[in-house]
Amino acid sequence: MEGQYIALKLGHEEYAVDILGVKEIIRLSHITRVPKAPFFIQGVINLRGNVIPVINSHLRLGLQQIEMTEKSRIIIFNIEDTVVGFTVDEVIEVITLNDEMLEKPQMVEGNNKYIKNIGKMNDRLIMILDSDKLLDLSLI
Amino acid sequence: MDVSQYLDLFLEESMEHLQTLNTGLLNLENNPGRLDFLDEIFRSAHTLKGMSATMGYDSITQLTHKMENLLGKIKERKVELNQEIINTLFQCVDVVESMLNKIREGETPEVDLNDLLEKLSKAEEQKAAKQSSEVGSQEKKKNKTKDKQENTEKAEKKQANKSEQKQEEKLEVVSEDESEDISKDDSEDIPEENEVDQATIVFNDSEKNIINEAVSKGYSLWKIQISLAPECLMKAVRAFMVFRNLGNIGDIIKSIPSVQDIEDEKFDKEFTLALVTKKGQKEIEAALNISEISVERLEKLKGEKTKQTVVNNFKTINKDTDNSKKQTIHQTVRVDIGRLDKLMNLVGELVINKTRLEQIYLANDLRGLNEAIEQINRITTDLQMVVQNVRMVSVEQVFNRFPRMVRDLSQEMGKDVELILEGKDTELDRTVIDEIGDPLVHLIRNSLDHGLELPEERRALHKNATGILKLSARHEGNRVTICVEDDGKGIDVDVIKKKSVEKNIVTPAQLESMDEQNIINLIFESGFSTAKVVTDVSGRGVGLDVVKSKIQALSGQVFVETKKGQGSRFVIKLPLTLAIIQALLVKVQDEVFAIPLGNIDETTNLETEKIEHVHGQNALVLRGKVLPLVNIQKILEVPGDNEVKEANVVVVYKGDQKVGLVVEELIGQQEIVISSLGKMLSGVPGIAGASILGNGKVSLILDIGTLI
Repeated sequence: MEGQYIALKLGHEEYAVDILGVKEIIRLSHITRVPKAPFFIQGVINLRGNVIPVINSHLRLGLQQIEMTEKSRIIIFNIEDTVVGFTVDEVIEVITLNDEMLEKPQMVEGNNKYIKNIGKMNDRLIMILDSDKLLDLSLI
Repeated sequence: MDVSQYLDLFLEESMEHLQTLNTGLLNLENNPGRLDFLDEIFRSAHTLKGMSATMGYDSITQLTHKMENLLGKIKERKVELNQEIINTLFQCVDVVESMLNKIREGETPEVDLNDLLEKLSKAEEQKAAKQSSEVGSQEKKKNKTKDKQENTEKAEKKQANKSEQKQEEKLEVVSEDESEDISKDDSEDIPEENEVDQATIVFNDSEKNIINEAVSKGYSLWKIQISLAPECLMKAVRAFMVFRNLGNIGDIIKSIPSVQDIEDEKFDKEFTLALVTKKGQKEIEAALNISEISVERLEKLKGEKTKQTVVNNFKTINKDTDNSKKQTIHQTVRVDIGRLDKLMNLVGELVINKTRLEQIYLANDLRGLNEAIEQINRITTDLQMVVQNVRMVSVEQVFNRFPRMVRDLSQEMGKDVELILEGKDTELDRTVIDEIGDPLVHLIRNSLDHGLELPEERRALHKNATGILKLSARHEGNRVTICVEDDGKGIDVDVIKKKSVEKNIVTPAQLESMDEQNIINLIFESGFSTAKVVTDVSGRGVGLDVVKSKIQALSGQVFVETKKGQGSRFVIKLPLTLAIIQALLVKVQDEVFAIPLGNIDETTNLETEKIEHVHGQNALVLRGKVLPLVNIQKILEVPGDNEVKEANVVVVYKGDQKVGLVVEELIGQQEIVISSLGKMLSGVPGIAGASILGNGKVSLILDIGTLI
């Protein structure tokens, strides 16, 4: 079975998310900080008149923080009527992976719980993120 | 026939009829002698039966049918009305309600009805009531004191007023009957006319003129009597189709009942029309070829000239007064609340963009733009008011369920309670109405359970044996105040002190420094109350923290006032609407926050050297009073270290206390549209929601209740 994914960069590593849960990708806009929110919530943005929370991917995945750049984007997910943004350092392309190119991750510890599969494409190793778990606040 | 599309309508209307039944039965219970209350009850039971039969809910039909039978016999005085019958009828109403709830959840409403049906049959078989029976049933309440009698007298007066209204209605009906009788007599006097039955049409002067003119121009006048199929669900729609089709071939001069009544479905299965047309019988019949409709009678009347003379003025006047009366009845439309929400959202977006336009104007001073903006400003404000009003519902909806609840509870607890409802027509936003029910139930139960004493206790305290529970609602500026008060024993401060120390809510040292009101407010703390408190202590507070948090979620406030031995009063203050509010925008470092105007008392300038230190806390002496200061930057963890030399203080209410919020800059007052932060961020303390400002940025709305 084939599936389409959006390949993106966090730091120097390549990740991807299933395209089905993605509503749109927007440029970085002004993010309003929300005091006392969970630590990985960057804040809220105005998406054409709707207020939408944005998750900081680095904090969520326990990666080292880096500065936002021109290439930074917000991926807007729409999963089960929850619309949430997710900051990424760069969106690369839409890729198509079939089952043979996917492998289950070896370790299940730590931040690996957010990684559903590891995709192999030519020489690239792409970590496929589990969007449902990313947005599940009960997992920290 | 597929009736599923009518399910919502059925459920909604059935619930209304159940409410009527409950109210009617309560009235009847208080005044067993007044059988005229039965009419309304009987009608509701009958309609329920009809509707459930159409929808195919046999068990409801069966039950309501039995109820109807019993009610009919009581009406004919074949059965004596007693407390047992009323209780049985109440039970029936409850069962029907639970069945309807099951239907709503998509289950089949089959319930074992044998018990109830048997009770109903038994009651039906009772011997006829003698005159003495009424006395007997009133004697049942012999334990009532004089004062109680006064009360009932009062109630009777109230109800007498009501019944006057009812009699008026009856008069109306009678007069209509009379008119028909008269017309019958009239027609007998005129042998040349067609045979006339009860549906004879009587025209007034202007109508007669039209007819005469039409007849002289070669039109003819037809009388058409139409009946709807018994299973017809949307009577008004069918009638409308008749009107439309006939309107295409001629003019409808008159209809009996009136068009208005037909639109409101205030007619049985039949109506009669007078049509002026050039077309013949076949064309009319073709136009009336509508499903669920049959033409009972179609006859050509002549010019009606002779009749004019007979129609007397008295009748015309009578009709006119009827019409004027009907005009006062408001026409209503049922609208899905979702659509209103959408409308409100659109208006919200409009308001956002309006503020944006204003900012553009401020940035570029364009001539002419100012005027346009002012116009838009006015229109959006009006539009917003209208939409807000559309969403308003009277608190009656919530209040109406309480008489029944109080009756049941007071019977259960053996307490005599008089429930007074005030300001039932106070209006609140639909969303608030939906949410306010539970907290009120809580407070009322609380008052009944812990506030009001048993009759013996009250007598021993030289109080009226009947306790008074008063529920009132009223507008106060931009807010609505709802009070639940009783004349019971009040809240014992010592018990609260003891309990709150036991429950580790406060330390004894803290208690020392608290004044009485603050101690009483402890009942709203979570953890104060458990079920055990209820039974052990005379204090109140079953889950009052739940009440408080619910009301705060509606951006409202709740206070309690109490006097030991004299009763207590819970005051709930709620905003009129939740969607668009006036707020003050303030700046803290680089961040902008909105404070709802409803929370703000005043703003004042702050010179840093005037800050006093009391108990390690910053305070400001404002007009001789000490105002505790709270640094918003610290609480909201706002980054940045801009040196603040001169600041502003926003004085806000927290409960009934005043607190000063130190902010850097006041930006100004503005209308803001409240957006929720969504599931993910719900429950963040201190933040009530977010709002999109004119510059497109999101600003957070502070929730003073949970912030400090």
